[in-house]
Amino acid sequence: MRTYLFALMFALLAPLGAQAVEPNEILADPALEARAREVGKELRCVVCQNQAIDDSNAELAGDMRVLVRERIMAGDTNQEVIDYMVDRYGDYVLLDPPFKTSTLVLWTGPSVIAALGLLWVVMMFRRRKTESGETELVTGGAQAAAPLSDEERKRLDELLKEDDA
Amino acid sequence: MKRFLYLIPLLILLVVGGFSIKQLKNVGDGKSVNILPSVLINREVPPFDLPPIKGRDRGFSSKDLLGQVTIVNLFGSWCVACQAEHPFLMKIKAQNLVPIYGLDWREKDPDAGPKWLAKYGDPYTLIGDDPNSKAAIAFGVTGAPESFIVDKKGVIRYKQIGPITPDVWQDTLWPLIQQLREES
Repeated sequence: MRTYLFALMFALLAPLGAQAVEPNEILADPALEARAREVGKELRCVVCQNQAIDDSNAELAGDMRVLVRERIMAGDTNQEVIDYMVDRYGDYVLLDPPFKTSTLVLWTGPSVIAALGLLWVVMMFRRRKTESGETELVTGGAQAAAPLSDEERKRLDELLKEDDA
Repeated sequence: MKRFLYLIPLLILLVVGGFSIKQLKNVGDGKSVNILPSVLINREVPPFDLPPIKGRDRGFSSKDLLGQVTIVNLFGSWCVACQAEHPFLMKIKAQNLVPIYGLDWREKDPDAGPKWLAKYGDPYTLIGDDPNSKAAIAFGVTGAPESFIVDKKGVIRYKQIGPITPDVWQDTLWPLIQQLREES
């Protein structure tokens, strides 16, 4: 019973991962359709910024999917279809942009920032270590408690007595 | 020295903030902020041959653009920004400044485009019907309206993303059109 329930739960989750490819767009030849899906995964829906055209319900994405299929039917290779889109929209249309001068910051930016952050943390720790070390050397343990004065000892005795009473 | 280090975040804020304000001001002034530089600049207009919109007998093909400086304007009756831009296009037409060619993009109802033009006026020399984004994708369009300045040889020289405003026209488009007319 529980197994069935789990199966049902997952079945209900499935549509969340579903693609936006419309039934009337799908090619009759499954091999060609599979290629269209491969291409569609790599192309950005240019009106929705962070979705592949295969995942987007935007109308322009739909038209782009149809165009991908038309080009595949016309005999283009996957790369030729992708090149066709890049020719018109630039690298922006690729979800996985190529590494070149104009994308240098895009690719290296995060690692550079992470490296700087790491460097900062390391420097912080080092400084803290040397600072505490230095104070000990200079003051001979100023942070250790100084011995109680007579007055303090008197007050402490009184407080302890109160506790006993 | 250490005091100065504390000022670094403030400096970063000022630089980033200043840049943002400048860009926002550009958008406010109707200047095209180059979010997506077009790869088609200085390349020939992609070949296309579109059928006419309903009720017209001539469509619009890339060959129609040769021999003169033109504006290719992509619009749709569903597009609010196009409606905002439209009166200015009508002015350009009334003063006969430059021929405007239209791409009627993604009309679901074939009557919608002609109706819209009947209501607001038709500034276009020729109009092509592009319900399936054939020409729009060929032009690398991401949204409407977009306009392209095309020179006499049929080469795209400028792309205006968003409406043509009087400021954009005065500062950028009109000077460019006059300059392109000087070219042979």
